Amino acid sequence: MRTVFYLVQKEFLQIFRNKTMLPLILVMPIFQMLLLSFAANYEVKDLKISIIDHDLSTASRQLTGKFAASPNFKVQSASFSFQTSMDEITQDQTDLLLEIPAHFERDLVREGHVPVSLSLNAINAQKAGLASGYANSIIRDFNAEFIAKWLPKQITQSAPSGQIEVTYSNWYNPRLDYKTFMVPGILGEIVSLIICFLTAMNIVRERELGTIEQLNVTPIQKWQFILGKFIPFWIISLFIMLVGLTVGKMVFDIPLLGSLWLVFGYTAAYMPCVLGLGFLISNFADTQQQAMFTAWFFILIFILMCGLFTPIESMPDWAQTANKINPIAYFVQFMRMVLIKGAGFQDIKGNLYTVLGYAAVVNALAVWTYRKRV
Amino acid sequence: MEAHVIFTDKLTKTFGSFTAVDQISFSVAAGEIFGFLGANGAGKTTALRMLSGLLKPTSGIAMVAGVDVMRHPEQVKRRIGYMSQKFSLYEDLTIRENIRFYGGIYGLSVQTIREKTKKLVDKLELGAHVDELVLRLPLGWRQKLALSVAMLHEPRIVFLDEPTSGVDPLTRRQFWDLIYEAAADGVTLMVTTHYMEEAEYCNRVSMMVDGKIEALDTPGQLKKTYNATSMDEVFRKLARG
Repeated sequence: MRTVFYLVQKEFLQIFRNKTMLPLILVMPIFQMLLLSFAANYEVKDLKISIIDHDLSTASRQLTGKFAASPNFKVQSASFSFQTSMDEITQDQTDLLLEIPAHFERDLVREGHVPVSLSLNAINAQKAGLASGYANSIIRDFNAEFIAKWLPKQITQSAPSGQIEVTYSNWYNPRLDYKTFMVPGILGEIVSLIICFLTAMNIVRERELGTIEQLNVTPIQKWQFILGKFIPFWIISLFIMLVGLTVGKMVFDIPLLGSLWLVFGYTAAYMPCVLGLGFLISNFADTQQQAMFTAWFFILIFILMCGLFTPIESMPDWAQTANKINPIAYFVQFMRMVLIKGAGFQDIKGNLYTVLGYAAVVNALAVWTYRKRV
Repeated sequence: MEAHVIFTDKLTKTFGSFTAVDQISFSVAAGEIFGFLGANGAGKTTALRMLSGLLKPTSGIAMVAGVDVMRHPEQVKRRIGYMSQKFSLYEDLTIRENIRFYGGIYGLSVQTIREKTKKLVDKLELGAHVDELVLRLPLGWRQKLALSVAMLHEPRIVFLDEPTSGVDPLTRRQFWDLIYEAAADGVTLMVTTHYMEEAEYCNRVSMMVDGKIEALDTPGQLKKTYNATSMDEVFRKLARG
């Protein structure tokens, strides 16, 4: 154990003396968290809408007014010709156009239904999807109000056939605040990324400098060497979590429903997964450049598939299966469950056991492939 | 056997189809300064790495300090000191920290480490620089420090892999003073070099060409055998075949 102490002591001395390491550990997580959490926004505001109102009636103006009042839309222009508005879409000046037909109000009162047309610029499919969703909900709103106000008779007549109205109640995130959803995940991702990189780069650096050869010729045992490398980065990972959660709470007011002991306990159990991964990568790299690219290859896939940016549930089956070896996916899932939902040990123990098993396998591979002699 | 602290018989290392070290057999007595000479790529470093337990031999026997290198490389490591051609100290640590670290991993007590640090620093006249980063030391000083650190745990055998490459002649001479001093204490030293004048400093020299030992004797005897005035001439005659 004394040997491990000297290794850890040496590692900390080097880390705190390195001018790029400290900013990397302290500033990078905070910066990324702030930037990504503010930027990775699923809400779309101020969609530019162009309205073609052929009716110019009370009803059509009410509908137009509803769009103008919505924070999601900004009325860009009004015209009387589809072609004029379509040109605006072509020139990327507007995102969608709503065409209200002539005799809109008359037909609505008389027939009880009337088609309006929505044309969307779908170059950005996600944005178009959101725009159509927002527009539909505004039109649905309008429908309900209009029917209640103007068609009291019809409503009593047609009520039995009934309309099913859906009301929502968003559990665990009542205001559908995307930050509540994103921040815990982003924090998990950042910690994993930094720790995996630091571990891989650190070991390869010793190989590049040649000091690893000197260590290999000492009686240090493999497990001592590995613990000596792991303990410092393991402590750093817990520290980054602490800083990250503090920033998350202060800046984004993310909910911390679950027990913090559980959060840190799980993090402590999870970190050997990414530490081991970094170590494994270093075993197959002779230069920091190689380690960097190898780590980047895995980390990029892990991050994009961890459920942070697209839900894992919406991925094809093979991708969901592949995600079973994605450590970050487990961490992100855990963070959301415990922080947002307040899950306890019983709820996450499956995840915890998986992660422990994962760490055991990765580290066994890393120790097995590490050669004290060539 | 007892007198021979290092002993090899047909020690061989192949990398794929390339034979780096080809059936070398020799023995080294305690307190001897044994030189491995040869051009770059002649197999000196490979031979040394096998003996120090860093590289697994392909075939043959190698005994170091009575331990079979093939079977118990970790036990060999406990008994030897090793200094590689690559710089082996941590540049971003101070002299004191380097000594403490290497002393620590060889299991020296805190008290011993403190005493050794003082002794070593006094000997190398580094007193004023003990808390400076190794990075700031001139190369020659670093190499002398590296040798002293490699001998912190008082090994009976020390392997030096081109310890003086890139060092100026004066510092090289001082470095060899340290080697003599160690040999006088009964430490066995095995040195690889491609500086032919350094061969004169060794008790016995083995000339390696293409993985084989072409000649092995005292510098004086080698010069006589090959009718040469310097080791450089001996080497050129040998290398030409």
